[in-house]
Amino acid sequence: MSALTFTLKQDLQQSINCSALTPDNLAGKTAAEIGSIELIAGKHQLLVADIFDISGTDTQLIAFKNSSHKLDYIGANMTSGSIAIEGDTGAYLGFSMKNGEIHCKGSTAAFAACSMRGGLLKIDGNTGDFLGAGSEGSRKGMLGGTVIVKGNAGERAGDQMRRGLILIEGNVGDYCGSRMVAGTIGVLGNTGAYTAFNMHRGTLLLKKQPKLHVSMQDCGTHTLPFLNLLFKSFSKYNTEFSKLSNQRVQRFVGDTAYNGNGEILVLTD
Amino acid sequence: MLINDIQIDDTFAEAFNMRGTRVIITAQNHKWAYHAANAMTGFATSVIGCGVEAGIEREMTADETPDGRPGVAVLMFAMGSKVLMQQLETRMGQCILTCPTAAAFAGIESEDMISLGKHLRYFGDGFQTSKLIAGKRYWRIPVMDGEFLTEETTGMVRAIGGGNFLILATSQPAALAAAETAIEAMKKVPNVIMPFPGGVVRSGSKVGSKYKTMFASSNDAFCPTLKGVTKSELSPDIESVMEIVIDGLTFDDIAISMKVGIEAICQLGKNSGVKRISAGNYGGKLGPHLFKLHDILKGSGL
Repeated sequence: MSALTFTLKQDLQQSINCSALTPDNLAGKTAAEIGSIELIAGKHQLLVADIFDISGTDTQLIAFKNSSHKLDYIGANMTSGSIAIEGDTGAYLGFSMKNGEIHCKGSTAAFAACSMRGGLLKIDGNTGDFLGAGSEGSRKGMLGGTVIVKGNAGERAGDQMRRGLILIEGNVGDYCGSRMVAGTIGVLGNTGAYTAFNMHRGTLLLKKQPKLHVSMQDCGTHTLPFLNLLFKSFSKYNTEFSKLSNQRVQRFVGDTAYNGNGEILVLTD
Repeated sequence: MLINDIQIDDTFAEAFNMRGTRVIITAQNHKWAYHAANAMTGFATSVIGCGVEAGIEREMTADETPDGRPGVAVLMFAMGSKVLMQQLETRMGQCILTCPTAAAFAGIESEDMISLGKHLRYFGDGFQTSKLIAGKRYWRIPVMDGEFLTEETTGMVRAIGGGNFLILATSQPAALAAAETAIEAMKKVPNVIMPFPGGVVRSGSKVGSKYKTMFASSNDAFCPTLKGVTKSELSPDIESVMEIVIDGLTFDDIAISMKVGIEAICQLGKNSGVKRISAGNYGGKLGPHLFKLHDILKGSGL
């Protein structure tokens, strides 16, 4: 069986909610049934067949081709299977995803991995603000799973994150790890201002020295044995992070303005 | 049955159901891993007085351990899950947490997971940090030498304790030398420990005593100095008896270990001073597992 492929027919004027097009929702459906599913685009409803050319039959293996930043909520709530996206995607990629794998070969808009609970989300390009954060009004960010970004991430990456792993090979914007409760964020590139702002717990693993605000406290340079376990866990992913081996880090703790016990570990050369 | 002119008694060892766990202890080097593991398995020869029976199962190379440092695997057995959990926690707290550079990890998976560092984390007084790495939860507890790293839980499995055999020889040095040979061979068998000092016990016991307060007392039938005054199991030429007790994860593990140990002794031959191999039992009515020496040595007991 070949992958069930959705090829976008034309440029879209409005964003479309693609949350219906997951392996879970499409399992057992025929091409005709899939084509007649209604998707929400603004205040309109459009049929899948009107937007996409549909080919292939394997609903556990879904592909989006010619994708654009107008396609929101791809892979939302998925619990199994995989989705491969050729092109960019819109907001909320992998929203509340529970298991399975999403691979976006382009860039994404904001709120990728929003409220994600499990599985693997790979983004080859850049991603927007609020990567792995909670949705508007929610006090819970990402709750599990792994996110790997080859490019850059916007502001507030890992905002209110509670569990899981975010690995960003490029740069991140301001407020990375803000209000973070637990989990791990790794950044190989530069970080913006107010990194770990109001951080409660969790770990930020940085390759480059950040410019920190005054309420992050320097605890000195140490060799931490747990990093070996962490680095080992990176080895199964195809990422620059799997090349890390040096367990010697400068440890900052905070945000003390928030009585926080989070840590920023800056890898030493 | 005779092997190399050494008599193997047609008898059996009687063993009991236990609960067991394995913990992997790592440290900066093997020296400190052994310091930690020796402390943890100290005073753990018999459940009668120690709560648990514990021992070092084997040495582990840096490639084999979770954190890439040299380590040792420790097996611990108790008569019930409650005692095992209690003993594991106190021994973790007093022996592993305290030992420089030591870290502890789960050495066995099971449905029943018991606390390894789950409660020990409170030693961190609020500065402890949890990390969930590859599906396993670890605790990092700040201590004066840096950070103490421990996995949150380890597995608890059904196990067997009390496999044994007796070495009957013409002198005390001969009995001990044979026991040492057996232990060296048995140490290479996985999933078992010999919990007594050096793996050997000289004070085998029988159930009951003439004294009301004693549940167990010296096994007079195998005491060479009592040959004339008790219903002795010993022939006139036997001057010393040593016992090797084995705890293991499964029946087969113990049976293999007994076979390896007895065969190593038999290879020494009659000139070693060893005359007979026997086993300790309570008539077969107390323990659910019977290790028949002849069956084990023929391989059919496995």
